[in-house]
Amino acid sequence: MHKIFTRSLVSSLVFFFTLTVSAVAKDVKAAFVYIGPTGDHGWTYQHDVGRKAVEAAGYKTTYVEGVPESADAERVLRQLANSGHDVIFTTSFGYMNPTNKVAKEFPNVKFEHATGYKREHPNVSTYAARFYEGRAILGTIAGSMTKSNVIGYVASFPIPEVIRGINSFTLAAQKVNPNIKTKIVWAFTWYDPGKESEAAKALIDQGADIIAQHTDSTAIVQIAEKAGVYAFGQASDMDKFAPKAVLTSVENNWGPYYVDRVKAVANGTWSQKDTWHGIGDGMVVISDLDSAIPSDLQAKVKKLQADLASGKVHAFTGPIYDQKGGLMVAEGKTADDGMLAGMMTYVKGVEGDIPK
Amino acid sequence: MKLLQKNLVCLWEEEKLIKIVKRNQPSRAIFFLTPVLAIFLTLFAGGLIFYILGFKPFEALKFFFIVPIADMYGLSELLLKATPLCLIAIGLSFCFKSNNWNIGAEGQLTFGAIVSGGVALLFYNQEGFYILPIVILAGAIGGMLYASIPAILKTYFNTNEILVSLMLVYVSKLILDYLVVGPWSNPEGFNFPETRQFSYSARLPLLFEGLRIHAGIFLALAAVVVSWFIFYKTYLGFQMKVSGFSLKTAKYAGYKGKKMIILVFLISGACAGLAGVGEITGPIGQLHREVSPDYGFTAIIVAFLGRLHPVGIIFASLIVAITYLGAETAQIFMQIPKYTGQVFQGMILFFLLASDYLLFFKIKFTGLKK
Repeated sequence: MHKIFTRSLVSSLVFFFTLTVSAVAKDVKAAFVYIGPTGDHGWTYQHDVGRKAVEAAGYKTTYVEGVPESADAERVLRQLANSGHDVIFTTSFGYMNPTNKVAKEFPNVKFEHATGYKREHPNVSTYAARFYEGRAILGTIAGSMTKSNVIGYVASFPIPEVIRGINSFTLAAQKVNPNIKTKIVWAFTWYDPGKESEAAKALIDQGADIIAQHTDSTAIVQIAEKAGVYAFGQASDMDKFAPKAVLTSVENNWGPYYVDRVKAVANGTWSQKDTWHGIGDGMVVISDLDSAIPSDLQAKVKKLQADLASGKVHAFTGPIYDQKGGLMVAEGKTADDGMLAGMMTYVKGVEGDIPK
Repeated sequence: MKLLQKNLVCLWEEEKLIKIVKRNQPSRAIFFLTPVLAIFLTLFAGGLIFYILGFKPFEALKFFFIVPIADMYGLSELLLKATPLCLIAIGLSFCFKSNNWNIGAEGQLTFGAIVSGGVALLFYNQEGFYILPIVILAGAIGGMLYASIPAILKTYFNTNEILVSLMLVYVSKLILDYLVVGPWSNPEGFNFPETRQFSYSARLPLLFEGLRIHAGIFLALAAVVVSWFIFYKTYLGFQMKVSGFSLKTAKYAGYKGKKMIILVFLISGACAGLAGVGEITGPIGQLHREVSPDYGFTAIIVAFLGRLHPVGIIFASLIVAITYLGAETAQIFMQIPKYTGQVFQGMILFFLLASDYLLFFKIKFTGLKK
């Protein structure tokens, strides 16, 4: 501990003259910056599970939780880069500009930014998961199990990531049940149990008997449990919070990627990448299916999961139409990554407009 | 509560060991000493908490309060953090001194940031020396406009300014949310909730190459000097003081209460708005959903810790600022949860309020006499 302290002092002193202090590290040290508390049982919790996998692989790790996306993010990043960390994972979109800014000052430290699109310097990589593949599975289950044909969906922010999830979910549900409608409530938050609960209640009042979510707290599945409707867990396996309501969860599994990247830093083989992994690479994991799902549907879901993993089935396979009936993807074609990355229109079957 | 206090005093009086005696007049020395006492109690309690959590208390306190400011960069970060706290707390002291409970500085900060950010976006891709002053002025006006709502409602409709100003905080955050998600979002930004980066001319200049401390600190220092002058050298300052002690006396003396209420709210709002400008045109450089990590609320602690005195507020803002930095350092080097920073802020306020008891009561050790 004392050694680290002296080292940070020394490196701070020579901060403006040389930025190479951390480059001579033999033991690779990884740092993680979290937006929320490690106990949120959602987004941050899963990143921390990934961090623990890095520890288990024999590397030292550090984390800072609850770092706001305000001016504070830059200070935390600089402090981590300046105190002997070789690779820094910044796990929220709002860290994008600070990450690139600090990366410029520390060319020998590697930066990995989750869910962003800016890689302004060679030492910045970005990574994200193809959660929409998991949502196709949820849609298949929801479309088969709904009785009211109204499915509720609590969404966070109208960004391509979330729109893509809604579309993938709705397309899969329509495939098994053409009559379904997806009703969206925008919570305009990633994590706010109060707001998320209100949104879920509103959807249940509107006749939804299955609630999907693209926000991170466990509030929604708990509301569903009380109201006697079904729900899906987000980010982590939320079954224990609502054993009856949760049919399955889409888990974010960052561990393999984190171990991989930290190893690459240790071996000197790290290079800039833009990673977008799905079920096939194990970054998106489907939790155990609940016994409420009939066995024939379970078999169907398992097959879809295997086909999505092998690439035999793509979640966005044409023909896909937008809300007004315009063709988005032609029959036999699949949506390319460019289209997916910028997706800002609802497909047919989603109710309402995207907030502008 | 009063009954309990009376009983307590009685109990001790019978024992004749310790006597708690009401002071005839609040002690002036104690008035300025209690904040220091509160800080020491906080350090002690903090060390105790670290010990219970299984950390070495002195090492933890060192990482909390010394390591973060052990170099130039750390000092610059300290000043960067203290600047908005000081600025807002100075503004709040105008309100608090005159018995106006403006709890909504966070909202005034946010609205100031919205207005100045909007102006900065108007000048997107333009350069010119005139841009920054306009942007700064816009922020002050934004804060004043927003603070005028609780002020006007209080003076003309007798509403409770605590509630109104507090609720308006959430309104301002929703307005900001709406703007950065919708009309003001960066057209090249894939609809993520943030605006474009401001042009160079709309940014506060940095004071030193490589450090983040910016010219916004001069706004805070100017506020300190001006407020000191107003508090102690002007008729307005005297009026505020009298109203703070007793509204009835102020009325009897013929002071125009309404005018003063609106004025102190406007000053307070301008300061909070300027703090918002400092954040977005300083280190952030754009508008997004998280302009301030609740500076407006933390500044309330700062104002009281500084005893509503401009010089006291400078020290208080530095002390509270270090709890933010220390929490990060302690987590990086010792894996102490970062939220302990908030525990420290809470403890400072708690001990300060608790030790205020000594302002009005003194403890006498009388020994056992039979």
